[in-house]
Amino acid sequence: MVDKQRVDEATGTKTVGHEWDGIEELDTPMPRWWLWTLYATIIWGIIYVILYPAWPLVNSATEGVLGWSSRGEYEKSVAAREVELEPIRQALVSTDIRKLSGSPELLQAAIEGGRSAFKVHCVQCHGAGAAGSKGYPNLNDDEWLWGGDMEAIEYTLIHGIRNPDHPDTRFSQMPAFGRDGILQPNEIQDVVSHVRVLSGREQPSASSARGAVLFEANCTICHGNDAKGDRTQGAPNLTDAISLYGLDRASLTETVTNSRYGVMPRWGQRLDPATIRMLTAYVHSLGGGETLPAVEELNEETLEQVNGDAVTNEAEQSNTARSGQDEQS
Amino acid sequence: MDTLLLKASGWLAIVFLAFIAMVLAADAGFAVHMAIIALAAGITLWVTINKADYAAIGRGILKAPADPGTYDDDPIRWGVIATIFWGIAGLTVGLIIALQLAFPVLNLNNEFTTFGRLRPLHTSAVIFAFGGNALIATSYYVVQRTCRARLAFPGLARFVFWGYQLFIVLAATGYLMGVTQSKEYAEPEWYVDLWLTIVWLCYAAVFIGTIVRRSEPHIYVANWFYLSFILTIAMLHVVNGLSMPVSLLGSKSYAAFAGVQDALTQWWYGHNAVGFFLTAGFLAMMYYFVPKQAERPVYSYRLSIIHFWSLIFLYIWAGPHHLHYTALPDWAQTLGMVFSVVLWMPSWGGMINGLMTLNGAWDKIRTDPIIRMMVLALAFYGMSTFEGPMMSIKAVNSLSHYTDWTIGHVHSGALGWNGMITFACLYYLVPRLWGKQRLYSLRMVNWHFWLATLGIVLYAASMWVAGIMQGLMWREYGDDGYLVYAFSEVVSAMLPMYLIRATGGLLYLAGAIVLVYNVWMTIAGKQRDEKPMTETPHNEELDKPIVGKPAIAPAE
Repeated sequence: MVDKQRVDEATGTKTVGHEWDGIEELDTPMPRWWLWTLYATIIWGIIYVILYPAWPLVNSATEGVLGWSSRGEYEKSVAAREVELEPIRQALVSTDIRKLSGSPELLQAAIEGGRSAFKVHCVQCHGAGAAGSKGYPNLNDDEWLWGGDMEAIEYTLIHGIRNPDHPDTRFSQMPAFGRDGILQPNEIQDVVSHVRVLSGREQPSASSARGAVLFEANCTICHGNDAKGDRTQGAPNLTDAISLYGLDRASLTETVTNSRYGVMPRWGQRLDPATIRMLTAYVHSLGGGETLPAVEELNEETLEQVNGDAVTNEAEQSNTARSGQDEQS
Repeated sequence: MDTLLLKASGWLAIVFLAFIAMVLAADAGFAVHMAIIALAAGITLWVTINKADYAAIGRGILKAPADPGTYDDDPIRWGVIATIFWGIAGLTVGLIIALQLAFPVLNLNNEFTTFGRLRPLHTSAVIFAFGGNALIATSYYVVQRTCRARLAFPGLARFVFWGYQLFIVLAATGYLMGVTQSKEYAEPEWYVDLWLTIVWLCYAAVFIGTIVRRSEPHIYVANWFYLSFILTIAMLHVVNGLSMPVSLLGSKSYAAFAGVQDALTQWWYGHNAVGFFLTAGFLAMMYYFVPKQAERPVYSYRLSIIHFWSLIFLYIWAGPHHLHYTALPDWAQTLGMVFSVVLWMPSWGGMINGLMTLNGAWDKIRTDPIIRMMVLALAFYGMSTFEGPMMSIKAVNSLSHYTDWTIGHVHSGALGWNGMITFACLYYLVPRLWGKQRLYSLRMVNWHFWLATLGIVLYAASMWVAGIMQGLMWREYGDDGYLVYAFSEVVSAMLPMYLIRATGGLLYLAGAIVLVYNVWMTIAGKQRDEKPMTETPHNEELDKPIVGKPAIAPAE
């Protein structure tokens, strides 16, 4: 290769004079707009690193003349939201849950907060629309296993269902009639037939007649003589079309044979009392909420006691969880 | 004969050692990998004995000397085949995981086929297997031609090729078995990392050795870029891979760094894998193949110097922008952002130099589909190197981070820039490497171009929409001050975008399959009988006024 400059015909620009495998280079100056934009970004960069934390020192870093920090910005916006929320929280916690429906504005604020908290904590099992799925109750209907008034919903939220190591949790356990040998497989089929007749899924048959006798002996103690269930032990109503695990023969056979053991976390140890109240109000508002016995019928003493039970029981534990919930609740 | 014996017994020893390690392995993944290594060493042993040039050995030399009057193109031909093979594999896995995101049932309820295992298989296959083979093959090609010298250390050059394929196989099988150190784009475990280090240092030796032996007084700009790519990747790989194995006979290791230091080291590595692997290395390809295909001089020598040095100086600091709004100290976030924004013009220097090289040959965009691919690649390069600095700005990042916008950004770079420039180079290389007059079909290149372009447009557009939608939905507050959407609602809103993305991926893969057929037929020596891709016919003879023959007589 010979260092020989020539003028490129197409562009009228001189080449640098080098050549590699036929490739030459033109001696075009750098485009001015390119160069000036590069300078502009450099100047912007210098200004930015003066304004914001940028240069590492021995044990710290320059803080920038604006005094901005990401942690500070976060704390400021959280604090601003806290100021907005605090009155609602205070009002919620200090209001008796049974009187909540008496103050529509507070109730609405609680429902809105609950809607948001539900999307963070509850949709994983109950679904975004609270419609549940197999094994996870639909919260939009008026079928309740453990009760659907505000008090009952709040209790379930705080203490959960079948939580291990928690004495106040909602608890019951259906026997595993097949696995434990209480009923024979053919007897289980008869009971299943009877239950399907109860819920209107089948026409009465010889099998369901035999099942009715077995049901009488084995099941009424929890599900009741009329098979309408018992909320004190979370025993479902078997006479309607709603079922947690399904009314088809296979699902019912599985339920009677091996029983079920659905668990819900006790949110009292993770969420603060105000958020629990919000969730209560929201779930209650979904369509199936039941009214409480009239407040004036209760004497003040029980009221105090119930209120204390429901809200403050686990308040200490929940304080630790609270800081993490601020953004959502 | 002695040297042959020594080589053969060396390979035999490796077979035995790998076999022993397999038997004593602490976990199944390590055992499988040792079996693969034993098999690889066994095949090499067989080749060493069977393919030895015994006639030459009889004359007292190990093998017949290569013809010094030709370039050493064997490993480049293998590299071209490997690039295409891994490209198809990587794109196919990409399509599968895109469909898995739309239809989770395609995870097949099986640990080996879950998204979590296939995703690194896809990223490593396209970046390191497809991109890496393209870089090694083209660098061997370019460095020989621009230095007018044969490859230094031909044996080592072949070792680099095969050693790199072994690395890919070990990495890929490891991902499927769950052997990973959980660092994005650096998933292979410690022993695979060590192997890659050896291979990479040999690669550096071959490349630098060839430059040292050059017959040209100056080093061409493409070689600066290749050199910066090779050296920086070596440094990044070694530092980010520092770890302590739990057992020398097991796959598990623990990283030398912890917490936010580990995160920063990882993204220093991760971002510069983009910067030096996918940018500097591919710019090197651009700097040779664009002027060659356009038959034009490079636009500006001065620009190439300034943008080269500013690019490599700035890129290395930009990594912290992957960790905005995390536990990383604010000062590091600021510097990451500032260096990223200043990086904008140095990145664009490459685009300008590439596009403006077509000065005086713009008509080729119309007539030459290979040039068209190169122009599209440069356009996407420019677009994603503008998008990158923009996304590194904290205010933008607070919307875009953790969303599919990032995925869209990466793919407009990877499919648009890396993919298209690689395909263009393959189309340039194949007829020349296999001594054919031309490609089987230029019209099929055109088909490939349009399939890929449409695929990229669908991919990038759907991911922009998906990403911005995610970002906006996540931060949507209602009038009462509460977040509006549950995470799962945002996920289900993505479905149409994911379907469009998968369609884009399918089109891109279809284009690559057209390439496979075209390359196959070219190597087979066929030429498709087709109309040339020229413009409207032009007849010089008829393009003139008629003189001396009066028209019809004027009416009287």
